[in-house]
Amino acid sequence: MMQAANSNATETIGTRDFVTVFVGETMFGLSIDRVHDVFIPAGVTPVPLAPPEIVGLLNLRGRVVTALCLRRRLSMAPRTGEGAQMAIGLEQGGETFALIVDGVGEVLKLGADTHEPVPINLDARWRDLTLGVHRLDGRLLVILDVDALLAFDTQRRTAGAA
Amino acid sequence: MDDLLREFLTESAEHLDTVDAELVRFEQDPNNQTILRNIFRLVHTIKGTCGFLGLPRLEALAHAAETLMGQFRDGMPVTGPAVSLILVTLDRLKAILADLEATGTEPAGSDDDLIGALEQMASAPIAPPAPVAEIRLPDPVVRELKPGEVSLEDLERAFMEAEGPDPFDAPLAAPPEPASPEPAKVHEAAKSPEPAKSPEPAKSADAPAAPAAQEGEGGVAKVQTIRVNVDTLEHLMTMVSELVLTRNQLLEIARRHDDSTYKVPLQRLSHVTAELQEGVMKTRMQPIGNAWQKLPRVVRDLSSELGKQIELVMSGAETELDRQVLEVIKDPLTHMVRNSADHGIESAADRKSAGKPARGTIRLSAYHEGGTITIEIADDGKGLDLAAIRRKAVERKVASQAEVERMTDAQVAKFIFHPGFSTAAAITSVSGRGVGMDVVKTNIELIGGVIDINTQLGRGTTFTIKIPLTLAIIAALIVKAGAQRFAVPQVAVLELVRVDKATAQKIERINGSPVLRLRERLLPIVTLTGVLGQDQEADAVDSGFVVVAQVGRQRFGILVDEVFHTEEIVVKPMSSKLRHLPLFAGNTILGDGAVVLIVDPNGIAQQVSQGSQSGAIPVEAEAEETEAADAKATLLVFKGGAGSYKAVPLSLVTRLEEIESAKVEWVAGRPLIQYRGRLMPLVPADPSIEIRASGTQALVVFSDGERAMGLVVDEIVDIVEERLDVEISADRSDLIGSAVLRGRATEIINIAHFLPLAYDDWARGPKKADKRGSTLLLVDDSAFFRDMLSPVLKAAGYSVITAASADEAVATLLSNPRVDVVVCDLEMPGRSGFDLVSAMRKVEGRVAGLPVIGLSGTIGAEAIERARTLGIVDLVAKFDRSGLISALAEIDVASLAAAA
Repeated sequence: MMQAANSNATETIGTRDFVTVFVGETMFGLSIDRVHDVFIPAGVTPVPLAPPEIVGLLNLRGRVVTALCLRRRLSMAPRTGEGAQMAIGLEQGGETFALIVDGVGEVLKLGADTHEPVPINLDARWRDLTLGVHRLDGRLLVILDVDALLAFDTQRRTAGAA
Repeated sequence: MDDLLREFLTESAEHLDTVDAELVRFEQDPNNQTILRNIFRLVHTIKGTCGFLGLPRLEALAHAAETLMGQFRDGMPVTGPAVSLILVTLDRLKAILADLEATGTEPAGSDDDLIGALEQMASAPIAPPAPVAEIRLPDPVVRELKPGEVSLEDLERAFMEAEGPDPFDAPLAAPPEPASPEPAKVHEAAKSPEPAKSPEPAKSADAPAAPAAQEGEGGVAKVQTIRVNVDTLEHLMTMVSELVLTRNQLLEIARRHDDSTYKVPLQRLSHVTAELQEGVMKTRMQPIGNAWQKLPRVVRDLSSELGKQIELVMSGAETELDRQVLEVIKDPLTHMVRNSADHGIESAADRKSAGKPARGTIRLSAYHEGGTITIEIADDGKGLDLAAIRRKAVERKVASQAEVERMTDAQVAKFIFHPGFSTAAAITSVSGRGVGMDVVKTNIELIGGVIDINTQLGRGTTFTIKIPLTLAIIAALIVKAGAQRFAVPQVAVLELVRVDKATAQKIERINGSPVLRLRERLLPIVTLTGVLGQDQEADAVDSGFVVVAQVGRQRFGILVDEVFHTEEIVVKPMSSKLRHLPLFAGNTILGDGAVVLIVDPNGIAQQVSQGSQSGAIPVEAEAEETEAADAKATLLVFKGGAGSYKAVPLSLVTRLEEIESAKVEWVAGRPLIQYRGRLMPLVPADPSIEIRASGTQALVVFSDGERAMGLVVDEIVDIVEERLDVEISADRSDLIGSAVLRGRATEIINIAHFLPLAYDDWARGPKKADKRGSTLLLVDDSAFFRDMLSPVLKAAGYSVITAASADEAVATLLSNPRVDVVVCDLEMPGRSGFDLVSAMRKVEGRVAGLPVIGLSGTIGAEAIERARTLGIVDLVAKFDRSGLISALAEIDVASLAAAA
């Protein structure tokens, strides 16, 4: 999958590749150059007193990775169904994070023609975390801002935890 | 920059540091020829190498310094100014070396000033020739040369070949002309002799070995070494860490399978890995002396600058610790030694008048202790002026006057670690600007260390630093709490105790706070799941293992469900998103691949003392207690007897005092002190407390009119403001009961018990047994007065309900049939106390006949008259606590009489 995306990336200029992920019914897109890994999370160690977005820590090939739940990060309703979840490996500031999602779809190559700015009536929390929306056939793809996703203020939490 | 030059730079820097330290030693012990030989040789080496490398400036300077030292060797008396001059020269050499390192070329400039001074010094006193000419020794090499070493003769020859200025021709040979330094330098470099080129490699490689061999007694011992890039070591370390993890994984698999064929090689692998790990760890270890090397020089410079006589005594320089740790503590140590020299040690005159030797001593020692290294910096100076610190703390608004007064000396001393805190009367160039100690503390805590102060006025101050040996790999105890495993650093673990309801070792509770009796001491317990905010079953709490931990001086037990084994774990830092959690020090991957969190004992210790943990099982409210919310009470907590915590409502306390034990007098077998012009009896807060024979004794003073009593306590601990939820104890008259304050089980003392012990006739308080069960309604619009009076009344044995207004009071009276007596503020906004009482009198039944005591700010004739018509039993001034208590006592007596 990643291989295919890489070879496509150079073909046309002006288009960008996005890894699509699902949380519930919503489809999200993550810029492919931020995605390092796609894996099935296993053996997650919960961290007591951690911010609610953080599911825990997991061992990814000898590295300790902080697992972040996209659903909770976006304040979406808790998951109801069963089934394996997937994790997207992201890197920021030398640290590895795993973004836990319900499922991973294909890689899409999208141009500027389908891109729309973030609708202003979107929930404020979502607005801060999204970069735009792509109109696709029959559905919408919400592009996530990876840096914003990973930048949650621990400061606020410290006050809460103390 | 070519390798040769780089090597020269590193070596020279080291040599110069050694010379620094040695010179200071030499100054103190001018007859020690070994030290002199060392110094001479090191400078000589530098000079020789400079010649080879074509560094004329360095060479000229080193040569001049060597000449002066040669005079010392020839018997010239060693004087302070001479040593200072050489030290200054060394500083110049270092500066040139630093430039050389940065630019790759020797900087332009002139050293004529120093060279001139050195030569003058060297030639001047030669007039009175040294009387003991025999001291002059032959050249120092007496042993066989090791392979690869260069003999002194070779060195001498090499040096002679290198062109340098002739010392006795100074004006002519003074190197680069100051006017045109640049061309001169080029000229010098070009002149650099060709023959020197060939011996170069051998020379530079061997030169360091020679002085190393010479350093016999004293001096930081150097062994045969090679230089390895730090990055290489770091990489090696990381790889070994990974290897350890893989080994652990393999062992874990082997544990689960019974295939013995690979068990033996695995065992071998395990051993080898362990040894490898140890070996690599060792490469990171360095003697702490490396961090100390500069200190003798620092102290020497300081003592001449400050005009004090200071001796630095160092022991345990060979104690090894991790490179990384060493780097971190280097600067703090230097800073603390400077501080001791500047603030700690007094001037010689002051010391003499204080009956101390004129020469002050700073003692620096390091030793291993368990998994940690203890470093002590002790001076015999004047000690910290705790009174000044207290004042300063209040001035700086770091703490309030009340807080400061109740703090122990140790707590007060720690204020010096506060940013911007300095009590130095005068700011010197050395210290006193209040920057530093906070950085010292931060740096030490950064690497998991702790710092403690012990100070005695007039005797000196000792700083104790405890730091972990290494940061990368630690031994940890793997425990299970709830459904999760955690790693607890073994450094903090003292022992493990198995607890079970059925066995002798069981957890007991004081008002829900779990404690464990451990060898005659009560150990506060926290449950790990509790501090981590996880739910737990009530039953599970009382069985499991208690990990007895010690952080600083605080001991506590962490209750866990299971203890597995100890494991060497590689500490991985916490994610940046989780670093704000104080309870975790990091995480690691265990042998089975699982990630576990490393519990930070420091973080838990904080939780223990804050008492904010929910690990304690809530105890159902006592039935006798009123449901009305008790206002918060302010209590003074102290240690009294067998380490137990006791408390007394602060509103009853007049003063807190620390007295000299020597001032205690005994009259008819009872201890007394002269206090404010009167005799004050002392009563121990617990029979087990003995009045100290020496030092200071903490007192809690209670007074009542003219009379005062000093309650003897071990230590004043704290002032807490908390909801007072007293569990009444029936069997002891000295206690009202116990309550949990800041998470600690605390006994609330009954002052009424102690007062008669001080004065036989002070038994004004009603007998406790009579009042038990009496419920008192306190009506006051001011929260302050409610807060102040509630504990007083509680202490007198009443159950207290409060109401903030007349309306609220009426509602309470109608709904609560248990109220026996009403204490009411007569002046309240809206409906006054008089309105309340007249309303009460109109109600049918019991409420109408309730005794009422009125509180008033001013008691006028009109108020008295009005009170009488309303049947108010007594009017008491608002601040008259004892008046209120005695008025209440009269009511009790009256109602008892009525009942009889």
